[in-house]
Amino acid sequence: MTVSDVTGKEKTVDLEVIQGRLAALEQRLESLEEGQPEDKVALIIFSGDLDRVLAGFIIATGAVAVGQEVSMFFTFWGLNALKKKTVLSGKNLLERMMAVMSPNDSRSLPVSKMNYFGVGAKMLRSMMKNKNVSSLEEMIEMAREMGVKMLACEMSRDVLGISDEELIDGLEPAGVAAFLGESMTSRTNLFI
Amino acid sequence: MTDISFDETLDARGLNCPMPVVKARKKMAELEAGKVLRILSTDRGSIKDFQGWAKIGKNVELLGQETETEDGVELFIHFMQKAN
Repeated sequence: MTVSDVTGKEKTVDLEVIQGRLAALEQRLESLEEGQPEDKVALIIFSGDLDRVLAGFIIATGAVAVGQEVSMFFTFWGLNALKKKTVLSGKNLLERMMAVMSPNDSRSLPVSKMNYFGVGAKMLRSMMKNKNVSSLEEMIEMAREMGVKMLACEMSRDVLGISDEELIDGLEPAGVAAFLGESMTSRTNLFI
Repeated sequence: MTDISFDETLDARGLNCPMPVVKARKKMAELEAGKVLRILSTDRGSIKDFQGWAKIGKNVELLGQETETEDGVELFIHFMQKAN
């Protein structure tokens, strides 16, 4: 094919070459778009400290509110935030010891600083109540209502000897790859 | 007072982070596209919060914000429109 440029000079253009380049470009664009993070937030809740877990749930509920899809991956001490009770039957000696030394449920989580055998946590909860801030339990309920995906690390649950009946309902058992699947397509990733 | 017209009002007075945004989200979900929600908040942080939401949210537009003093308490008013 021949085309004339602005000066009127004629040039020969190979249409096939252009088409080939265009196809290559489209393919690259497609692969780029595939790698784009989505409107998602992935949180790892590793800590079982009341203050840290609270921060996680505030970010989670806030993120859903502004239109993000949120997944929370609870692992190790973070699993304590999902406990509703402690059941000792069916546990071996070490698991029993672990259970006895761990918080019974989310209400008995310690704070990361100035806990003083739980007095600090009680103080923080009552100060939050005075300032009309939602409690952790309200936040968890809200997060579930809003569709926050909650994944419980199967390996650490098993290691710590926490049974399903000790945890709140509606959790999805998951492993590292499940979390990575969420995290690698998320815009924001936080380890708490 | 600005003259932004609105269709619904959400009273989020007394609520703290993240509740004003969370409640507003729920309310916005019930609204039809094009409708405007007026949010009343006593949370100082809500000014930046609603700006942040408008920045990342895909179907909302912040039409305006104003601050009033009501019985010595600062009141922050936000006007959010549900976009098409």
